Amino acid sequence: MSSNDSTSKTLIVAFSVSIVCAIFVSAATVMLKPVQEVNKALDRKRNILAAAGMLEEGRSVEEQFSQITTRIVDLRTGKFVDDIDPQKYDQHKAAKDPSTSDKLSPEEDLAKIGRRENYALVYVVENGAGDIDKVILPVRGYGLWSTMYGFVALEDDANTVAGLGFYEHGETPGLGGEVDNPRWKAMWPGKEVYRDGEVAVGLIKGSVDPSAANAPWQVDGLAGATLTSRGVTNLLHFWMGENGFEPFLNNLRAGEA
Amino acid sequence: MDSIKETLTGPIFKNNPIALQILGICSALAVTSSLQVTLVMCVALTLVTAFSSLLISAIRKQIPGSIRIIVQMVIIASLVIVVDQFLKAYAFAISKQLSVFVGLIITNCIVMGRAEAFAMKNPPIPSFIDGIGNGLGYSVILIAVAVVRELFGAGKLMGIEILPLVTEGGWYNPNGLLLLPPSAFFLIGLFIWGLRSVRSEQVEKPDFKMAGHTAAREGV
Repeated sequence: MSSNDSTSKTLIVAFSVSIVCAIFVSAATVMLKPVQEVNKALDRKRNILAAAGMLEEGRSVEEQFSQITTRIVDLRTGKFVDDIDPQKYDQHKAAKDPSTSDKLSPEEDLAKIGRRENYALVYVVENGAGDIDKVILPVRGYGLWSTMYGFVALEDDANTVAGLGFYEHGETPGLGGEVDNPRWKAMWPGKEVYRDGEVAVGLIKGSVDPSAANAPWQVDGLAGATLTSRGVTNLLHFWMGENGFEPFLNNLRAGEA
Repeated sequence: MDSIKETLTGPIFKNNPIALQILGICSALAVTSSLQVTLVMCVALTLVTAFSSLLISAIRKQIPGSIRIIVQMVIIASLVIVVDQFLKAYAFAISKQLSVFVGLIITNCIVMGRAEAFAMKNPPIPSFIDGIGNGLGYSVILIAVAVVRELFGAGKLMGIEILPLVTEGGWYNPNGLLLLPPSAFFLIGLFIWGLRSVRSEQVEKPDFKMAGHTAAREGV
């Protein structure tokens, strides 16, 4: 056994174990990637549906998603653009690329996302007559530990919340992770985003008093998760504000998007 | 043959990793609020323990003593990553619920404990079986805890309603405590109590004995 403890033996064993394990892990990751991507896309669609309160269990997600149209909005002008294929547009990547995104100044960057992409995907639900029934907007922002990615669904007045949900975050399970709690998410539908043209929606400390004048703009904070709660408020203020979807929502209301 | 059977079944009650060795409590608290998630966790842990023991045992004579823990960790971590990738590919919803806990199998003391205590000293096949046995021992406790927690905490088993809840028009008022991690402590404690009442050889000797009072009127 003493020969095992020589420096060269130690190095050889360390290197060979590392290399074998690395190859094993990489092979598994590369081979399983396509299946995982499909799952991720499906999960995203499921979350879009859930955010809009349209998800029905027992029906195929693909089928349910067919009633939603994916479109692209130019966040600078707030208008739909048709020359980019929404199926191919990678918003994640665009947000990191300097040629397709703008750097935010610290005052503008409420959600602490660094850069904002020029084009955003939006998901439009149309009613039978071809009018917009709901819009589902992707939002993201920093909580306590992580960037939280989610969707906000708005009713056709572009003000009333139809739902909200996060599909990816790394907040503390049980505290900030309660952003996934269905009971908390159920408080959102019916809340309003704007008051006199200003973004007013936000989380408050404790529970909302339903009789208070501010109640339509307030949602219960997450107990024990002040920073995550603040993060949710900030990301809504950013994405519903002038650097986010406000120009688009104004156009939508005026029928000019 | 007897020793193999003993290696396999011993850890289930006689030398249970959770109840006797008190290892792997962290994930036992965290994942047991739903039976389905628990089952996946048990399978994942059993596979990781078995295969890490097998691999470590296969190269045990080559591992230098000075880096043996690191070598064990590398093997365990690789297996856990692969299991995690598989779950993400084929059981996406459950892998989301398990989130960090699959990754935390790496630090689960059972895996490491069996590698160090058994696989380093025994040939590959018994080590593999020892891994399976300890995985089963872990599973027995977790499943028992999960059944109680999900049934009495949420009125369901595997997501299927068994006890109709008051909030949904039934008669059963669920015990919310059971859905919180501390309840698993009580359940595991009760389980250990029960096990040690039946198998009194598992009761630990007290570390010290209280001496009688010598100054009877002190403090009066």
